[in-house]
Parts: sequence; structure tokens; C-alpha cells
Amino acid sequence: MPEVRDKPISLELSGITKVYPGAIALNKVSLSIRSGEVVGLIGENGAGKSTLMKVLGGTIAPDEGRVVIDGETVRSLTPARAAGLGIAFVHQELNPFSNLDVTANVLLGREMRRGVLGFLDRPSMENKVGPILKLLGTRFGPKDPVAELSLADQQLLEIARALSINVRLLILDEPTSSLTLSETNRLLDVIRKLRAEGVAVLFITHRLAEIVEVADRVVALRDGCNAGELSRQEISRDTMVRMMIGRDVNQFYEKSDHAPGRPVLDIKGLRTRAYPHQSVDLCLLAGEISCLAGLVGAGRTELARAIFGIDPVEGGRIEMDGKPLRGNSVPEAIAAGICLVPEDRKAEGLFLDFAVTENIAMPSHAALARRGFVNHAAVTRLAEASRQKLRIKASGLNRAVAELSGGNQQKVVLAKWLAMNPKLIILDEPTRGIDVGAKAEVYHLMQELAAQGVALLMISSDMEEVIGISDRVAVMCRGKINGILDRGELTEENILRLAVE
Amino acid sequence: MQKKDIGLATLVVTVGAIVAMVNPRFLSPINLANTANLIGLFGLFSIAEAFVIVTAGIELSIGSVIALLGVIFVDLIASFGVPWPMALAVVMVLSIFIGLLHGWLITRLKLQPFVVTLCGLLIYRGVARFYTKDGTAGFSFGSDFPMLEFLVSGRTAGVPHSVIAFLLVAIIAWFLLHRTVFGRHLFAVGKNAEAARYSGINTDRVIIQAYVLCAFLTGISAVFFAMYTRSVQPSSHGNFYELYGIAAAVLGGFSLRGGEGSIVGVVLGVILLQILQNLVNLLGIPSSLNFAVMGSVILAGVIADTQFSRYRETRRQQSAMAALEDSARR
Repeated sequence: MPEVRDKPISLELSGITKVYPGAIALNKVSLSIRSGEVVGLIGENGAGKSTLMKVLGGTIAPDEGRVVIDGETVRSLTPARAAGLGIAFVHQELNPFSNLDVTANVLLGREMRRGVLGFLDRPSMENKVGPILKLLGTRFGPKDPVAELSLADQQLLEIARALSINVRLLILDEPTSSLTLSETNRLLDVIRKLRAEGVAVLFITHRLAEIVEVADRVVALRDGCNAGELSRQEISRDTMVRMMIGRDVNQFYEKSDHAPGRPVLDIKGLRTRAYPHQSVDLCLLAGEISCLAGLVGAGRTELARAIFGIDPVEGGRIEMDGKPLRGNSVPEAIAAGICLVPEDRKAEGLFLDFAVTENIAMPSHAALARRGFVNHAAVTRLAEASRQKLRIKASGLNRAVAELSGGNQQKVVLAKWLAMNPKLIILDEPTRGIDVGAKAEVYHLMQELAAQGVALLMISSDMEEVIGISDRVAVMCRGKINGILDRGELTEENILRLAVE
Repeated sequence: MQKKDIGLATLVVTVGAIVAMVNPRFLSPINLANTANLIGLFGLFSIAEAFVIVTAGIELSIGSVIALLGVIFVDLIASFGVPWPMALAVVMVLSIFIGLLHGWLITRLKLQPFVVTLCGLLIYRGVARFYTKDGTAGFSFGSDFPMLEFLVSGRTAGVPHSVIAFLLVAIIAWFLLHRTVFGRHLFAVGKNAEAARYSGINTDRVIIQAYVLCAFLTGISAVFFAMYTRSVQPSSHGNFYELYGIAAAVLGGFSLRGGEGSIVGVVLGVILLQILQNLVNLLGIPSSLNFAVMGSVILAGVIADTQFSRYRETRRQQSAMAALEDSARR
């Protein structure tokens, strides 16, 4: 076992509040953890988990609240301070240095040296890394180049990195999202071993089954607030889901039966920039909610961007209502009735400093204008109608969109497209970072649009959501559609199987 | 008028009043007419610059373009005997070509506006000097063009025609920027080009149009300046004018980050800069300090701009905090 932790840790966060303009990320959140304990942290996207982790890691300072470690109040926690206290992170996003080997990556910044000139002491470094890899049971050795490691192996590399410091609290942010079942099981074993060694483990995951297996306690966040806590005996899938969304799943996702109509969008042999050697065939029907599922990086967003004309296509055909699109032209796609609610709302969907009205009217200006002049009356009418229809909560339509909450910002993005009377709406992670209430409204709106005969294509990494709302799910993996599941076949297992295959 | 414009107008009036108090000659008809004439001349290309800055771009070649087109305009008439309307047409076509070229390089070849127009600054100046073999392009003694001179340098009821041209251009520019869909698209592209693209705006086209518009107005300005100086010395004619334009736009509330600003602001910015120039002369400040005064004012303007946006940011944060406490109380 590498570097045994010298003393047990106890950590307590209380009253942590972090406010961003337009959104409350954390509202008086408390969390405690001590040595030899595995705590599962659950919550939907946007519930505040990642913000809380950033507070713990010292990368953001809370507006209010106290961080007490080993009985002492830590006033300004910096990343260096957190590392010094034995807090180690395994981030969801992997960014290893692919030009270095495993040892160099694991000990990056903490290299061992020898001699007067301080040359690298490779043998000692490898001796240190070797046992850690053994503990994790990796397939790769200390000298292997990182460039050749699979996504799962890179994940294990990150964990090895965390273990190579004198870790007392290990924070794992969705470490299993790209692991296969056997790799996941091995990771869970590692967690149990670390617990036995007296390490505190904070485990963030969307896969509730893993929590059931390994957690001693579960803390749930919802909309930036504590949503409850479960002890070992109380942990079950249902209790966790109820805490996360505040009600039963069945009530949350209203599923209505749509009668799919004629084909709206027909894609044949489409090849995108991200995966120029894979071709995609997909047909979307009017009045149907389809979903693109898959892991991050499977090429879903790139497909959406190609359809919408943001990116040029490498080959293949896109037909809208039987008419082919030339491609790589957003105005053309919009004219054909396609619109896209982009993944990155703030960078791609909105003009944050501009008024709500201006944001809603942006694509419609040309159509509403009289001889090139902005038609103020029509624009105001449009914004007011949108506000009422989508229940956009803003203190005024002339206020900057930045002041709105995430959910209301997303409604503004939706409003600007509904004004164009689209035939196909592509929604890329439409509920990421918005509160539960707004989420329900977005789902309701999607159902309503489907009932009106609009074709919807949702891209989502949220399993509950995918299963809860879709009529049909196309699962993508490395740029191609691995399989299409009908409503009857929609289970988490089926989707995952196709996503990682 | 936006709040920023009102603040700037107050500043203009205050500075004007102080200068008038210290030296009453400021308000003499001759001085007012001269200052107004300069405001008109400098205002034309300042508005041009504003249209580029609002798209988060920059145009550094204005001074050189004024020199090059000025040389060509004068030389066509003086040396080649081309009728002036013809010469004017040639200059305007050339200016549009320059704008198209800049826009094309920036949007299609993805070059940075700063680099493209900096190269333009060097190239056009060099070409202008080469064209005249570093000499001066001027009209021969005794030649006169009554119609052209009346139109460009004349006065109506004591008002210089440059001022009238400036006001006309300002009014059209105001409608264009603040009342048309094109104006909305200019702001959108400047504020967030990516979101503009996702909203179906042809961002490349909007940017090219901005540079063409800028170059076209610069072309008009070049003719006014050529007729104002009557002879064009290509190594010094129009030197640093792009910086006057940028200064006026920044003072007028245009952010170099794009997406912000108003035509009223840039007009006031031009007026303020000329009053400051006038102040240097009238108050007996050594004219060598001219640039120092201008630089200080631009710096002050930029500081004020950033402080203002910072203040807005804190206010937003505070209102978010207040809303949170409010909802907690309920």
C-alpha cells in the first residue's frame, strides 16, 4: 500500500452558499465526511454537485459558509492547500499528457530527483507507481505510453494520480461513466480497500446501482440545496430518486402517446467532421420525440451541428421534407424549418448582455422587419407572447438575459425558436443546469410540440430523462448509430450496452 | 439617448464652458466655424471606424487610405484632367474594393482584423508615397473647380459643408445602426459571434458589410480632406487618423470587445476630441502636448468603461444575492 495516510480526516462543510448572476448554485449546503466512510453524493445535472466539489478543491470561494477540516476552520482554501490537506480529486473530464508515459503522468509535478543537477530518478518513480497500479489492478504498467490507453484506462490513471499523494479524502466525480462493467467492479473493490485503509471517499455518480453497492451514506442535492440524507439501511434506488427529483419519477415524466406522422428529416450516409469514416442514417418523424443517447464524445453534438449547418458535412445527404439541403448553412437549415437549442446555452444560445426581447427576436428580426427596419411593435408583441406561453420569469423583458435563472434562460432560447414555427427542433442537453421545475416545463413543452406534429430530436446524457421522455432512442458510439431502441426496449442496460460497445 | 451618452454630453458641455470661460475667443464665430469644420472632417471617418468596432473588429488603415485615395483623387484631376465626378467615382469604387478585401481576408482567411488592417496601414501609405515618388500631389496654381469646392469646402449660411455632410451621415448611420435589422445583426455579431451564427445570422456577410461601409465612408472622408488641404503630402497626410477614430468611438461608448456603442456617443466623442484640440491651442498649452492630452482622455474613457461594466457586474451579483435572501425570508 503506498504512503499510508498519517491521520484520519474529518471534514465538515456548513452553510455553503455560492451565487452567480442569474443563478443560485449552492444555497446553505452542508456536507460532512470522515475517515473510513464512503459517501455517495447524488443529484441531477445542475443540482450543485460540481460547484460543491470546486469549493472543496479550493478552485472557487463560496460567498458564505464554513469549511472545517480536522476541527479547524479553513478560511481560504486554495487548490494547493486542499492537496496539502490530503484532498485528492479524480475529475470527470480526463486530460492526461499523452506525450508522456504512465509514471510521468502519475507523478507530474512531484517528480523524484537525484544528484546535484536534479536529474529525474526514474527507478524510484517507477517503484512508487508500480504498487499503486497493482492495487488498482490495471492492465498497463508504469512505462507504458499514455497515448495508447483507452478511456477507461485513462480513468484509472487519474485515480492512480490521486492515490500517489498522501490522500486522506478521495473525491471521485463520475469515475465510472466510461468504464465497462468489469472495470467498474474493480473500481468499486478499490474503493472498499481504500475505505479499509481509513480513507474517506466522496463518490459522485449517476449510476445509482453503484451507490447501493458501496456507499455507507448518501447525500442528495437538489437545485443547490440539501435534499436529504440516507443511512446505509435506507439506501435504495427509489428513495434516492425521490430525493433527487423531489417526487416520483412516474409523475415527473408524463409520457403521452404520439402517433408518428410522415418523415420530416431523412439523413443518408451522413459523415461528420468528428468521425469522417462513419456514416449515419437517421429518419425523424413528425410528432415523435427521438433521442440520441451515448457517451460524451460519441459524436452526437457533431451530428446535430452538421444537420443545422454549423459544420460542413464530409459526405452523405440531408433531406428535409423530401428536399435535399446543400449543407453548411444555418440560414438554409432555419428556412427549411430546422432549429437547434445548443448544448452551451451561454456561448451559443444567448447574447447574455442583451435584453430578453432582443434575444427572443434575434432570428425573427428579418421576417418581422418592414423594409429592413426593425418592427418594434411586432418584436414586443412576440416577446410578450413568448413570456406568457413559456412562463418566462423575468423582472422585465428589457432586462439582460444574464440576470435570469438557468431555466428561464433556456426558455428564452426555446422561445426564439418557437417564433420561427419549426418543423424539427434539435435539443442538445436541453435540461442541463436548470432546476427541476423548469425541467418539468421543458418536458411538457416537448410533449406539446410533438402533439402539434413537430419532430423533436433530443441529445441527452441523462438516462432517466432519455428513458422517461423518448418515443425512440438512437444510441451512438464513436460516430455511428449502434442501434435504435423502441419504447418497449428502453432500459438503462440496453442503452448502456449499445453506448459502450 | 443612452445613459452613457448623457454623461458624455454633460462632459462636452462642461469642457466647452470651461474653455469659453478661460478664453472667450472659443465662442468667436471664426473659431466655432473652424472647430465645426474639423469636427465634420474627423467625424466622417470616426463613424466609419465605429461600424467596424461594433463588430468587435478594428480598422487601422484609415489614415493611410485617406492618404492614398487623396493622392489618387487629386492626381486624377490635376495630372490627368479627369472630370472630378469621374475621379470621385474612381475613389469610391477603390474604397469599396479595399473594404471588400479587408472583409474577405478577415472572414474567409480567418485573419485577425488587427493584423489585416495593420498591414493595410503600411501598404497603402507605402503605395501612396511611391505613386507620387514621395512628392506632393496638388492642384496646379490657379486651377479651380467651383462646383467641387462649393460642395466639399463651401458654406451655407455660415455652416461648413463638411458639418452638413457629417450630420447627414450621422443621421443615416443612426438609423442604420439603431433602427434596422442590419444594425441588430452588427451588434449581435460583435457581442457573441457564435450565438449569432446559431441564430441564423450570416456572420461573415455582416462583417464584410461593416468593413465595406467603413471603407466607403473613409473614401468620402478622403475627398473632403484632400479638398481641405488642397494638396496631399503622402508621408504625413492623415497620419494617426485611425487612432482619432478609435478614440472617438471608445469615448462614445463603443467597446473594443464589440456589441456596444451608439452613434450619438461617437458624435459626442468627436466633438469632445476637437474641443480638447482647440483647448490646447486656446489655453496656450504647448502643441507638442497634443497627443498626450488625447491619450490621457482615451485612457480615462477606457478606465471609465471598464469600471462601469465592473460596477454592473457587482450590482448583478448583489441583486442575485438579494433575491436569494428575499426568497429565503418568504
